[in-house]
Amino acid sequence: MTEPLLKPRKKNPVERTRLATRPPGARSRTALGLTRAAAEGRFELQVCADCGSVQYPPREVCGYCLSEHLAWKPVDNRGELIALSTLRHSNDLYFRERLPWRVGTVKMTAGPVVVAHIHEDCAAPEGTGVPVRLTLKLDRSGQAVLHALPAKDTPNMNDAAQMRESTCDPKFRRVLVTDGKSAMGLATARAMLDAGAATIFLGDPSSWKTVAAFDKLAADPRVQVVELDVTDTDSVDRVAASIGGKVEILVNTASHLRDGGILGRKDVILARDAMEVNVLGLMRLAQAFGPGMCFRAADGSNHAVAWVNVLSIHALAALPSRGAWSASMAAALSASQTLRAELRGAGVRVVNVFPGPIEEDWEQLTPPPKLAPAAVAKAIVKGLQDGIEDLYVGDIAEEIRERLRDNHKAVERELGQ
Amino acid sequence: MSTPVLTQFLNELLNGRLKMVDLTQTLSPEFPTIVLPPEFGQAWPFRIEEISRYDERGPAWYWNNFSMSEHTGTHFDAPAHWISGKDLPDNTVDSMPVENFIAAACVIDVSKEAAENADFLLTIDYVKAWEEKHGRIPERSWVLLRTDWSKRATPKEYLNMAEDGAHSPGPDAEVVPWLIRERNVHGFGTESVGTDAGQAHHLNPPYPCHYFMHGNNRYGLQCLTNLDQLPPQGALIFAAPLKIRNGSGSPLRVLALTPSA
Repeated sequence: MTEPLLKPRKKNPVERTRLATRPPGARSRTALGLTRAAAEGRFELQVCADCGSVQYPPREVCGYCLSEHLAWKPVDNRGELIALSTLRHSNDLYFRERLPWRVGTVKMTAGPVVVAHIHEDCAAPEGTGVPVRLTLKLDRSGQAVLHALPAKDTPNMNDAAQMRESTCDPKFRRVLVTDGKSAMGLATARAMLDAGAATIFLGDPSSWKTVAAFDKLAADPRVQVVELDVTDTDSVDRVAASIGGKVEILVNTASHLRDGGILGRKDVILARDAMEVNVLGLMRLAQAFGPGMCFRAADGSNHAVAWVNVLSIHALAALPSRGAWSASMAAALSASQTLRAELRGAGVRVVNVFPGPIEEDWEQLTPPPKLAPAAVAKAIVKGLQDGIEDLYVGDIAEEIRERLRDNHKAVERELGQ
Repeated sequence: MSTPVLTQFLNELLNGRLKMVDLTQTLSPEFPTIVLPPEFGQAWPFRIEEISRYDERGPAWYWNNFSMSEHTGTHFDAPAHWISGKDLPDNTVDSMPVENFIAAACVIDVSKEAAENADFLLTIDYVKAWEEKHGRIPERSWVLLRTDWSKRATPKEYLNMAEDGAHSPGPDAEVVPWLIRERNVHGFGTESVGTDAGQAHHLNPPYPCHYFMHGNNRYGLQCLTNLDQLPPQGALIFAAPLKIRNGSGSPLRVLALTPSA
């Protein structure tokens, strides 16, 4: 049975810091279909449109009938563990540092026989196969790998070292919430504490403003207030110099949301404010906190692990009534994709959150359904615990995502009405 | 060739019998800027980015780009800043007569009252009592309200925002037109972010200092400091705003000349 994760010991400050290594990250174009599924928390394999066979590993033509009509579809993730090996030696730097490591062979109910990482709570097969569930998760190279889990959840299952390598669990980690004074920021901080975070660095962009809920949260001994204005390079640099070496998960909740398209105004001031907070703020934070997080990406069981951007589904499809803001969301998404590439080398995952409208002041006139900040925060925590990279939250976000896949032009026209 | 008066003045300054007092706050990103209701356009706070610092971005030099509003930090308000002054002649920083950059100052100390009451309002009676002690306010003087607000150490204390808005001292709605009509003052200066009191939106007319001063082609100074180093009368103020085309105001260096104690 998995031992529960223990609170990490204090680090010896004069010892060398272990640097990040990565599992092999090369994948074929076709195999990246697994990565797409893992990034969004789905379990998909290729299914032949002609003979119905499920394919593994990913391939260009059906292994049974040679048809090229292979489509990625959700499939039954159950299987039988039929062979188990415990690696006690590896020439690969990453696995070498994480031995022993269990790999095994699983015969899927859906057909294929696959090699997967085997959870320590899966019994060894002796004579008969052991029932397991397969799951696709991103590894520290940001690529999909198969994990076999016990057929039913076991206590502390997610605390297993193998699982923690594929997820970004907040438990025992220190989290920076860049704007801790907004409704979304406060909810995020609370959700992280509930998930077992050790410390919340609660960003305060407006120390002149009194917010009762903020003061109440700041009184929690696990919470440290840091004055942080993402539009001020000096402010960002100073906070990073002070606590940058302690940030294991960064959640960027700094946000500037106002109504207004493009033609309706005679100035670009609101647009500039949106860009300043939503895009340049992200870049400042990345420049100041990124290198430190990369340096500590393998430092202890609570190593730096994730950078979360709270964006909007409208980063993918502009809402013309809020055109300037939508443009800033799209720019932030683009910047985060670059950040993802730049942090991948160290295995720090950039998680993009695409909620629909959130129940907060500036969304007052948006008709329901609107997401409670607590609901978005809960989804972010679950996404981190599951190792998701692209998180769509709520019905509106899911619907727009599906419609974009189906017909992006339809989305453009319908949102533009 | 300078006249004897100017030579004498420079000598007095160099030998220390005249001293120069800097009434200006340092511009930094932390210095608080006025906050308006969020639906209105906001003044940009001071922000600064390095271009290079003797490095690969520029090997032998150090320089910065900065951004701010005309009304950030220690700044000057021109009559065009307010609707009541919008049609007056020479009402912008670039068109004002340059002689108006030099004026005497009367410093009215209400720091004790302001410490007890953040909403303290300067009244006609208070000014008359002040004149009994310190003499009549001369024509074309700045009236500077010393509240020691500049000594408030944090943005929270300085802006002093409560649930009903900001609380800081200023003139009431009667004293401003009186100062203009009866004393022909040059303008009004304060240590807080506005020449008007924090709760001046409730006065009649709202923001009477802006309304009457600018409506009579007079000026404003905000975010002053070191007023406690000036005598009640006799200081000379040099306040020259930047020459911004059609500018409503600008950040500036406000300097006072005063006899050394």
